[in-house]
Amino acid sequence: MSQATQDTAIRTGRVTRTLIYLVLLLFGLFYLLPLYVMLVNSVKPLEEITGGGMMNLPQVFTLEPWFKAWSSAQIGVDPTGLKPYFWNSIKMVVPAVIVSTILGALNGYVLTKWRFKYDTILFGLMLFACFIPFQIVLIPMARMLGIIGLAGTTWGLALVHVVYGIGFTTLYFRNYYAVFPTELIRAAQIDGAGFFQIFWRILLPSSGPIAVVSIIWQFTNIWNDFLFGASFADANSQPMTVALNNLVQSSTGVKEYNVHFAGAILAAMPTLLVYIVAGRYFVRGLMAGSVKG
Amino acid sequence: MGFLDIDNATKSYGAVEVLHKVDISVQEGEFLVLVGPSGCGKSTLLNMIAGLEEITSGEIRIKDQVMNGVHPSNRNIAMVFQSYALYPNMTVGQNITFGLEMHGVPKPKREKAMQEVAKLLQIEQLLDRKPGQLSGGQRQRVAMGRALVRNPDVFLFDEPLSNLDAKLRVDMRTEIKKLHQNLGTTIVYVTHDQIEAMTLSSRIAVMNGGYVQQLGTPQEIYDTPANIFVATFMGSPAMNVMPAKVSVLNGRPHAEVAVHDGSMAQLPFSQDNLAAWDGRDILLGIRPETITDMDGADRKSSNIAQMTNRIVVTEPAGSDTFVSMQLGGRDVIARMRSDAEVAPGQDFNFAVNMEKAVAFDPESEMRILP
Repeated sequence: MSQATQDTAIRTGRVTRTLIYLVLLLFGLFYLLPLYVMLVNSVKPLEEITGGGMMNLPQVFTLEPWFKAWSSAQIGVDPTGLKPYFWNSIKMVVPAVIVSTILGALNGYVLTKWRFKYDTILFGLMLFACFIPFQIVLIPMARMLGIIGLAGTTWGLALVHVVYGIGFTTLYFRNYYAVFPTELIRAAQIDGAGFFQIFWRILLPSSGPIAVVSIIWQFTNIWNDFLFGASFADANSQPMTVALNNLVQSSTGVKEYNVHFAGAILAAMPTLLVYIVAGRYFVRGLMAGSVKG
Repeated sequence: MGFLDIDNATKSYGAVEVLHKVDISVQEGEFLVLVGPSGCGKSTLLNMIAGLEEITSGEIRIKDQVMNGVHPSNRNIAMVFQSYALYPNMTVGQNITFGLEMHGVPKPKREKAMQEVAKLLQIEQLLDRKPGQLSGGQRQRVAMGRALVRNPDVFLFDEPLSNLDAKLRVDMRTEIKKLHQNLGTTIVYVTHDQIEAMTLSSRIAVMNGGYVQQLGTPQEIYDTPANIFVATFMGSPAMNVMPAKVSVLNGRPHAEVAVHDGSMAQLPFSQDNLAAWDGRDILLGIRPETITDMDGADRKSSNIAQMTNRIVVTEPAGSDTFVSMQLGGRDVIARMRSDAEVAPGQDFNFAVNMEKAVAFDPESEMRILP
């Protein structure tokens, strides 16, 4: 086996190989550079940054900017730091991700295993949700939120993200369930399981990979969303992204770059974490169904 | 009234009718096999009995209860699927008891039923495993266990052996037959394999093109096929069908068939009413095993005809030797004893058991009834 893999590998000279690795290394560094700049400058006192030398390592190490960004930086009119907005984001993201994933799974289940007339047309229409630009729905959505009394609330934002996300989650689950053997559903029907029993007991336990895909996708998109957050939230329900913008864009006082950097890292942290924890399932889930077995 | 009645059942998808007025009555304890080539409607019919497909018109009754529109779980049937359809996320034990759980059977009772079935099928040591850890034969057993545990009125099998390798298939076939003999359950079994149909069934329904071509015991189907389709579908190698002419010699109808050099062999029929076809063309059906050498001819037969013909190819297969020749302008196969002394190119004196020969109307392709 090991000999065979040697033989089939592309043979390259030592020089070319070194060159390839050098270039790769260079690109790797280039991509990591912004993270480096952010990290390094978030642990420097402000004078070190304003004194030039953005790329230098800190002479005085301090975590003060992190604490400040988290709990005492001036955001809008209050010196609250990013903390309350971080929780706003969590309160928006968690229900939105869970609900849109479950609804997507249910849609996928119905569209593949309980076929009805015009179901493919319906699915096609649902896919529009994936391609419609955010801007188009802003005004009708604002009107809708006003009518149902959720304007300016975290729940309202969560609802918007659920509605917008269903298109994607339905697409994922429908394609995943399309290759799920229908005989299993039939066997469960004969066994006497009902619509939801089949869903909970048979289908969902086998949906791990695609659920991870859906969760990562939804989490990243909703967490990173700025437009809906800026449009539909009021001062008390703004998500992290909007608060970060308010922190960085404030036009009064000294620009505290170290605090800005720390705040930006804080804002990016949860999505990074989700990728690190569940990332390996992501590719596996995306590939699921493409290969039999 | 039978135990399971299929009464004028028709199935159409839009304007396309795929099953045409199927009429079958199954008695309690009977093993009915639906056999036919793919697309003949056998699986559709099974799904209609199961309630997985709706009946367009007609009626299906189990124990005199009309089942049209009744949910599959309320028909007291169990089904074994081609892919076994074991729930991948559950253990073998959970797979077996899932149906009972869904029907609200209390846990101690479920456990007891599971143990009994596991013992019957010898899968006790597998109960804690997941289906993914089982071999094909074991999965097959579990799938049967899942069906048995429900103690249903009717068992439905949808090509349950077609995913197994050849040797295991024969073993499982015997086991299904044993199980049927021991439990005396009513079974409807779908297959495209005519040997499975012959060996397992107490009755066979041969289907083609959405019609039941013939319904009868394996012996009836084999010996007196209703038409050319049934005659050639059942049996391996297939029945030889060749054009022939009826001529009455000495008051007895004979089949006049051309041998290799164009001269005519006269084979006397046992069926007297064929005298009415004097001078007309028919299609003559002769099973390969009824063409032998003189020593191998059936001693019980009252009508062995002799015919000299040239051997084209011989195919020794161990237990038998297959000999092909030209008869009536067609390639005809004879199934001889393995030690028959035959060689290609030889002019050989064949014995034909005409008692078993059948004649078909070339226009309707139906068998000419005695």
